[in-house]
Amino acid sequence: MTTSAETVVVPARTKTAAVSAPVRHKQGFQHGGWFVAPFLALFTLFVIWPLLRGVYLSLTDANITGAGESFIGLDNYREALKDPLMWDALGHSAYFTLLVVPCITVLALLLAMLAHHIERGKWLWRLCFFAPFLLPSTVAGNLWQWLFNPGTGMINHVFGGDTPWLTDTSYAMLAIVVETLWWTVGFSFLLYLAALQSIPGHLYEAAKLDGANAWHRMVHITLPMLRNITGLVVALQILASLQVFDQAVVMMDFGPGPENATRTFVQYTLEEGFTSYRVGYASAISIIFFVIIAAVALARMWLLRNREEAAR
Amino acid sequence: MSTAVRPRRKSSWTPSQIVLTLLGAAVSVVFLAPFAWGLFTSLKSETEAVEVPPHWLPKHWTGQAWKALFDTGNITDWFVNSLVVSVCVTSVVVLVSALAGYGFARTEFRGKGLLMGVVMSGLMVSPAVLGVPLFTTVQQMGMVDTYWGMILPQCAPAAMVYILYKFFQGIPHELEEAAFIDGAGRWRVFFTIVLPLSRPSLAAVGIFTFIASWNNFLWPYMVTSNPDLMTMPNGIATVMNSYGIQWAQLMAGGLMAGLPLIVVFVFFQRQIVAGVAHTGLAGQ
Repeated sequence: MTTSAETVVVPARTKTAAVSAPVRHKQGFQHGGWFVAPFLALFTLFVIWPLLRGVYLSLTDANITGAGESFIGLDNYREALKDPLMWDALGHSAYFTLLVVPCITVLALLLAMLAHHIERGKWLWRLCFFAPFLLPSTVAGNLWQWLFNPGTGMINHVFGGDTPWLTDTSYAMLAIVVETLWWTVGFSFLLYLAALQSIPGHLYEAAKLDGANAWHRMVHITLPMLRNITGLVVALQILASLQVFDQAVVMMDFGPGPENATRTFVQYTLEEGFTSYRVGYASAISIIFFVIIAAVALARMWLLRNREEAAR
Repeated sequence: MSTAVRPRRKSSWTPSQIVLTLLGAAVSVVFLAPFAWGLFTSLKSETEAVEVPPHWLPKHWTGQAWKALFDTGNITDWFVNSLVVSVCVTSVVVLVSALAGYGFARTEFRGKGLLMGVVMSGLMVSPAVLGVPLFTTVQQMGMVDTYWGMILPQCAPAAMVYILYKFFQGIPHELEEAAFIDGAGRWRVFFTIVLPLSRPSLAAVGIFTFIASWNNFLWPYMVTSNPDLMTMPNGIATVMNSYGIQWAQLMAGGLMAGLPLIVVFVFFQRQIVAGVAHTGLAGQ
């Protein structure tokens, strides 16, 4: 789930080429439409239309067969707001996000710095830290389900103790968080690594001449230069983590975990839609979820704009 | 690999380099340990795999889990399905998002601003957010349990359009103008000048799309229940688990599902890191 780069970034303010306007104008003003048409066709069918359809279905009592749905207004939303299972699921996704995002950001930065500064065998470090991300979520989930297995797994064997990782409410989510860190940190690691490589070397040389030590160079050059990429990593991770599903269900054998402790929001939506066949209700909670995700993304946009204005 | 061609600066083993390298090695061991555990488990017999206490190396090395995987499972079908789906998704996404990115970045047409805004808002919609309505839409189109149903809904990623849009904005206008003056049209300029220039960005978009599509679990899980149509991650997670887990076999299947991408990464990792830098994802 973390792979999709679902981010919202402020529209770039680049110089639009007013200079070349006459030439461009002559070259078929309307041609541009054909370039975007194929994408827009797919986008309309599989993004816009489902979104609109979701809004409509959320106002009905539709079931999975699609037969004979009737309009029931806002009843689904009223029910959702009073539904403890929905709030629990939302809480689990939020709790997961709160645990994962700070850990993954710091870990990715540290790994990237390590891989950036070691001079030998660069490709080897990259491969090691990125390889887990190349596994399908289900495979990574199964692997850690096996590692966390209380009796036959390696975690308890190596670290001692007999912690019931996957069957105890207080540990189950932690196990999923640990798996997620291992599995997805490689993506953010790669973003940080590319950003580190793009910091101009002369900045460090100038600082060295001024007598700055390694610590000063990191605090005054590296970290400020990485501020934008950190913003991006955090935003991508928040959006991806709120949508957690795969690893949680795989590690819990497609169930909601001990006493439902790991049932996430996406999982709850799908259970309502595909297991309870309540498509109308599932659509309503999907729309609520969409609004939450949109709010997070817009908040990020707003923060970025404020920061840009402050910088001016 | 192409790295060998470049003359390399000789690095010396200074004390700080030794410390960093040891640290890197220690962290790498932690990262690779789960892979090793999976690999060794796949080479045990099913009874040895579940012995308590667990041990790393098999006492009796055996390939029976791997053999059983091929004898009993539909693993080769799943592999082919994964390949078909990922290759189709990647080709369509690269083509369609390059066209759209260019259209938004470099051409003018009525309603461009509005459409761009709509596409950007699409960044927030994914099968995770609107899975149920997306499923009923695909159901209406009669594409449940078909290749079409698995492939097409993965083909409209606004994020890739945005990445290429940003990249195309950075190409100097002079390059295009010279061609326009020589009488070339938009399409010709796009295919003969812009696309060849964008190879690293297109490669990055293609590789990340391929990874995402090969590993995609949620959408194929929703849209197929027919084991013959499943992709690797789905077949392994849903079919193999449903018989009661056979750990050695499950680990063998998992490694088979993960291996292709790891091989791809080993060969293309320089391009992948360069592509991330090049698309401006990291450097903004």
